[in-house]
Amino acid sequence: MSAAMKTIDLAQTDLRNLNASLQQSKSGQWQVTNPKGSHALAVGLMYPIEVAVQGSTGYYCAGMNQEATVHVYGSVGPGVAENMMSGTVIVEGDASQYAGATAHGGLLVIKGNASSRCGISMKGIDIVVQGNIGHMSAFMAQSGNLVVLGDAGDALGDSLYEAGLFVRGEVKSLGADCIEKEMRDEHIVTLTDLLTRSGSDAKPEEFKRYGSARKLYNFNIDNASAY
Amino acid sequence: MTDTKKPNTVPRKPWTFDDYTNSEIRRAAATGIYDIRGGGSKRRIPHFDDLVFLGASVSRYPLEGYREKCETKVVLGTRYAKRPIELDIPITIAGMSFGSLSGAAKEALGRGATAAGTSTTTGDGGMTEEERGHSEKLVYQYLPSRYGMNPDDLRRADAIEVVVGQGAKPGGGGMLLGQKISDRVAQMRNLPKGIDQRSACRHPDWTGPDDLAIKILELREITGWQIPIYVKVGGARPYYDTALAIKAGADVVVLDGMQGGTAATQEVFIEHVGQPTLACIRPAVQALQDLDMHREVQLVVSGGVRNGADVAKALALGADAVSIGTAALIAIGDNDPIWEEEYNDLGTTAGAYDDWHEGRDPAGITTQDEALMQRFDPIVGGRRLSNYLKVMALEVQTMARACGKSHVLNLEPEDLCALTVEAAAMSGVPLAGTSWVPGKDNY
Repeated sequence: MSAAMKTIDLAQTDLRNLNASLQQSKSGQWQVTNPKGSHALAVGLMYPIEVAVQGSTGYYCAGMNQEATVHVYGSVGPGVAENMMSGTVIVEGDASQYAGATAHGGLLVIKGNASSRCGISMKGIDIVVQGNIGHMSAFMAQSGNLVVLGDAGDALGDSLYEAGLFVRGEVKSLGADCIEKEMRDEHIVTLTDLLTRSGSDAKPEEFKRYGSARKLYNFNIDNASAY
Repeated sequence: MTDTKKPNTVPRKPWTFDDYTNSEIRRAAATGIYDIRGGGSKRRIPHFDDLVFLGASVSRYPLEGYREKCETKVVLGTRYAKRPIELDIPITIAGMSFGSLSGAAKEALGRGATAAGTSTTTGDGGMTEEERGHSEKLVYQYLPSRYGMNPDDLRRADAIEVVVGQGAKPGGGGMLLGQKISDRVAQMRNLPKGIDQRSACRHPDWTGPDDLAIKILELREITGWQIPIYVKVGGARPYYDTALAIKAGADVVVLDGMQGGTAATQEVFIEHVGQPTLACIRPAVQALQDLDMHREVQLVVSGGVRNGADVAKALALGADAVSIGTAALIAIGDNDPIWEEEYNDLGTTAGAYDDWHEGRDPAGITTQDEALMQRFDPIVGGRRLSNYLKVMALEVQTMARACGKSHVLNLEPEDLCALTVEAAAMSGVPLAGTSWVPGKDNY
């Protein structure tokens, strides 16, 4: 811990003051103690600060993050890093539903497992889950990459657009319009970079790549059973 | 001499299988796709026309028109927001997306609303510079798709509207067809050009009112509790939806009935899901009153509002303001008969054109086609909208003064009666000439 690190104890400070302090800070390191499952913690951060959360959080931790690095030394509730624009969010434990939902950019690393709908409607974020992910993950995912070192649940990538999905373990089932695709050199480069940045030791060649078959991109009555 | 000519009966088409119904059957059989269109419900359903104001006489005295003051200002978002929205008139512009509308059309809506002292609203597709730059008060919609959603725009909004549903399609999502996905629309939505873009029917990161409360908390934390947060619901179960929105922490509830428009949805959805606007207002007001929140949480009603009489009737039933979408588009030039020949070429006529999703709007409003967009002047459109809004406000004042009210929000149900049994039951005001409110006091 740096000597310059500032500490906010949520047992002593309310959420509004915590978030206001973090949102106004343009640089430096912060530590948050006693989060005790608080919702909307460290949301709307705008600058490249570092925030260490010592414990588990509730809903929407680091929501709409821009530039900041938020490191959670615990688990997170639903919607961690939802709609993140940039920056990095690292979760040492597990993540509940909707991790990285609709996020436009940045890197989300979950060192444990992620529940259902991980990466739902993602719009450019990169997500690396070192454990398993739940059902309906990457539903309607538009762009960005979802890397899973463990297994994926049912209906992976249902109604997928252009996001890239990489899974090392088993995929229980693929969703509508999601297919396994060839792993080409450019995908290996992307995957290698994400594994490196997330501190993961898996080998790129151990993964399979999944993407959109693009059959549902324009309405066709002959695909009615898939709608 | 006997008359040998047998008289024939006049040919009679079945009521059940009328010309429109048969044409739709043939269209579906030929194309294999359900009919998608814009706008709201087109069939005759109970509406504000089925109510009339009683006016003043011996038992009440009116205010002098154009002389005695009749205030029209309303404030939305007084419950929690540090900066509530103050409007000069109780008429706002509803959310309509960039993508379904051109950038110039969005600019015109902003210009017109600003000149009339009211707010306009973004839509599914994000906030455009044209709209922000020309809207003094801009409500930023927070939609299930989150197309274009970003925290910078959240912080420069004057209010946030969490869209749970809309009157044209409660429980349904949307579809922007590929032909309207220009480079700019595609870029704002993070999707490839030319593909159909689905808008989800529910939010991706919360379900139910308890989650909604936490979502509202997050939005307030991101915006520093400065701006109001609206919750928009479609007219499905207005009592419970309003009560739950209040419980979740909304500053304002926006309630959209089935005449409320959409850019593109299945015809079958528009006409067969949801309740008429008239039927939604009193249950919503009842929920506000039961929770002792009437006037503390404001109610904005939309869906088929066309003139000052409609506005006044909505206010008298308990709303704080109304919102207009279809009427605003007509004001700026949509469906104008000057384009009749081109409407005919599209197989329709002015006043009936609703294939906005196809992007071939002769008026240049609901399109992304460069040549068609050139036809629309946002300055002229803005002026027309401003004129229309001001006329509506004058009409509301006329109604209010006739009922002896010095503020339009002083209008009350007692100022109204209904012309039909159905309207009386839905609006909770007596049938004309009687004291009967169907359903009240068990009869």
